[in-house]
Amino acid sequence: MANEEGGTGLVPADASVSHGRDVSAGTAVVQRDLAQNPGLPPHRPRTTDLDPKADKRSERGVSLLFYLSIVGSIGAIVSYFALPIVPDDPASVRLNTLFIGLSIALALLSIGIGAVHWGKALMADHEGIDIRHPTRGTDATRERAVEIFREADQESGFNRRKLLRNSLFGAFIAFPLPAIFLFRDLAPADNDPAELLRHTMWEEGVRLTRDPEGTPIKASDVTLGSAFHVIPEGLNETEHKLEEKAKAAVLLMRLKPEDLNVSPGREDWNYQGIVAYSKICTHVGCPVALYEQQTHHLLCPCHQSQFDIKNEAEVIFGPAKRPLPQLPITIDADGYLVARRDFTEPVGPSFWERGEYEQ
Amino acid sequence: MSSDTRTAPAPQRAAKTSVTGAVSNYIDERTSISAVVKEFGRKIFPDHWSFMLGEVALYSFVVILISGSFLTFFFQASMAEVEYDGSWVPLKGLEMSAAMDSALNISFDIRGGLLMRQVHHWAALLFIASIGLHMLRIYFTGAFRKPRELNWVIGFILFILAMGEGFTGYSLPDDLLSGNGLRIIDGLIKGIPVVGTWISYLLFGGEFPGDQVIGRFYTLHILLLPAIIVALIALHLVFVVVHKHTQYPGPGKTNDNVVGYPILPVYAAKAGGFFFIVFGVIALMAAFFTINPIWNYGPYDPSPVSAGTQPDWYIGFADGALRLIPPGWEFVLWDRTWSFNIIVPLVVLGGFIVVVLLYPFFEAWVTGDKREHHLLDRPRNAPTRTAIGAAGVTFYASLWAAASSDIIATHFKMAMEHVIHILQFTTIVGPFIAFFIAKRICIALQKKDREIALHGYESGRIVRLPGGEYIEVHQQLDEYERWKLLNFNEYQPLMIRPNAAGKISSAQRVRASVSRWFFEDRIEPVTSKELERSSHH
Repeated sequence: MANEEGGTGLVPADASVSHGRDVSAGTAVVQRDLAQNPGLPPHRPRTTDLDPKADKRSERGVSLLFYLSIVGSIGAIVSYFALPIVPDDPASVRLNTLFIGLSIALALLSIGIGAVHWGKALMADHEGIDIRHPTRGTDATRERAVEIFREADQESGFNRRKLLRNSLFGAFIAFPLPAIFLFRDLAPADNDPAELLRHTMWEEGVRLTRDPEGTPIKASDVTLGSAFHVIPEGLNETEHKLEEKAKAAVLLMRLKPEDLNVSPGREDWNYQGIVAYSKICTHVGCPVALYEQQTHHLLCPCHQSQFDIKNEAEVIFGPAKRPLPQLPITIDADGYLVARRDFTEPVGPSFWERGEYEQ
Repeated sequence: MSSDTRTAPAPQRAAKTSVTGAVSNYIDERTSISAVVKEFGRKIFPDHWSFMLGEVALYSFVVILISGSFLTFFFQASMAEVEYDGSWVPLKGLEMSAAMDSALNISFDIRGGLLMRQVHHWAALLFIASIGLHMLRIYFTGAFRKPRELNWVIGFILFILAMGEGFTGYSLPDDLLSGNGLRIIDGLIKGIPVVGTWISYLLFGGEFPGDQVIGRFYTLHILLLPAIIVALIALHLVFVVVHKHTQYPGPGKTNDNVVGYPILPVYAAKAGGFFFIVFGVIALMAAFFTINPIWNYGPYDPSPVSAGTQPDWYIGFADGALRLIPPGWEFVLWDRTWSFNIIVPLVVLGGFIVVVLLYPFFEAWVTGDKREHHLLDRPRNAPTRTAIGAAGVTFYASLWAAASSDIIATHFKMAMEHVIHILQFTTIVGPFIAFFIAKRICIALQKKDREIALHGYESGRIVRLPGGEYIEVHQQLDEYERWKLLNFNEYQPLMIRPNAAGKISSAQRVRASVSRWFFEDRIEPVTSKELERSSHH
């Protein structure tokens, strides 16, 4: 806005708009002849102040609400007994939840609305004014505080006896250290986590079985376009079932052999177009469970990384970087699908030491 | 009657022995509580609907404590394997952890148990939502300015802790959905350079998922985090009392007073009643709306997952950040794996959080204003701050939307790739656009305010003057309404001046240019001369 008076109507703001004496207002400015605060507007009475009938009406309304609250509370107790949960009947759970909840809500809302209405319509509504004081202590208080610290310092010799003070600091730094080491046994002491991540349950000759039943799969069961969720045989009997499954879960699919782009060294990893890939996403480890039959893409439902099975599960979209590791498979004497060996690289999300295992 | 004793003259009061009086006397002689009543009983609180957001947060936290205590009596924080034998038929005979089993029993075999679970979950969602809105209110009205910067920091830590409470609580039932959430956390942690593998190993007590993490989260969820939250809430409220509450500009309101109603009786009734309203609304939601139906998800198993997997909404922005990373951001260097697809989101989110945390100190540095501010800014009257806020909200909202990228793609029949690319654009460019638009809108609103203050509202009434001229009659504001439009702080850009040594430091240069960016475009408040002139028209 151009200043029509010529010259400047602006002056730096001083501390007058605030508390404290020598406080900098920074780059704040004020107009020299700013409009003035008109002060509190005149008080406007409410209908309940003017009309005794309205006042009585509000009073009755509020007390009615408080009585209603009692009804709600009793209703909740009645519902608790009148609407028991009947085993194997989910509808009874719904009724129980609904009516106890509704009654409690009635009890609470009636108190709340009643109290607020009482406050707004019936209690005196003259606005009050409190005066603010500077947050900082008064100069006298601050001087006394400084004085106290100085006296304490003198009497204790805290700054004078340097050896004493510094050795105390040293002790303070050292004493929490044991607490850090005490946390080491949060996890078993005799394992290296990076080493554990390297291996899965798969090894030569382990049958591929259906998840979760654990029944073996014949190569002939795997028709074109079908996908099987697979776990290693014997997984359900292991002691650490979920931990093993979190690494060993596999997805099995059959494509036309000519659709597969097989890289050198992996020629015998599929069996007549049947391929097995780790189901654990190489991004942060969700199960890559969605198989798109037409395009042979796998989609991770957590962060939408997409893997192309035709090209050895390479990433075609999303935040993942590495292809899903492939499990080399063949069939055993009975025609069941078996692993040729463990995965050749760690499965699942990346970790710091993983690079060591890359060939 | 207690009111009789209070109004009666002192000698008689000693003689009379009403029960209330006797009890009050007994307590006061042992606690000097009368001093507290004298000090705070008539303390004034200003009134505005936006001041209730913080109250909602406080009250929903109380509801969380009440409902949570109920749940702890029935919940088993154990990952020991059990066979489910409760009332929910579809899961009967299934192996699951004792945690999931007990969560199902709370839902289906304990009367009111499902209600309490849903009260707890809805209250938790309301808690975090109201903290977020409360923070936005504080930000956009400038309530974080001196002397309240430290209280902003406390509130901010509470927000982070609330999300921590939310995530740990969400994981406790050990269902399929929360298990996948934990799986993502595991993957995230493993992506952290140097220490990631070990942190994950220690957290889960061995390999993921292990049989430890639920018990550990339980301790965090019901002991450690709540204790810190209670302590910080107490500190937060102590500061509210020390500073006295801020108020919006208005007639009779100055930087040196507080205008409003006293705690006793009006605020006791209104705020106390409001607690019951918040509790009641949560109870209504819990009665009507299912939340977190773990019985549909089933127990955790690392293999299955459902499409449309999403975290609870308040973790969405972090999940969305993971989704927006383009393919291929992971490298092996010196035999070590650098997962930038994880490091970058962590650093960006961490940076965003730090920026929010430090903003009050940044603005104080730019303005150099060391005064106390108890009068709030209307957002339009601090255009650059409001625009920065709009940019931050846009950034957060883009990340948040990205957490639903798959749902957006299926609902609007778009390609997944397009959704991600659009959201990558809005995350990076969106904040700049939002900044520009918000700033222009603020300045336009300020101009409008100025116009209205000087010339009043257009009444829509056209009058023909005797001379044949047509004019529209303007409805002037009364002086009280007008004052609301006039009362705001004004800043000029900082001028570069040499310091005592005659040098211009680079810090000063930076500060001057930031200050220019902040305050170059500004609207001056109306002067009394202008007002006077306009009234003669």
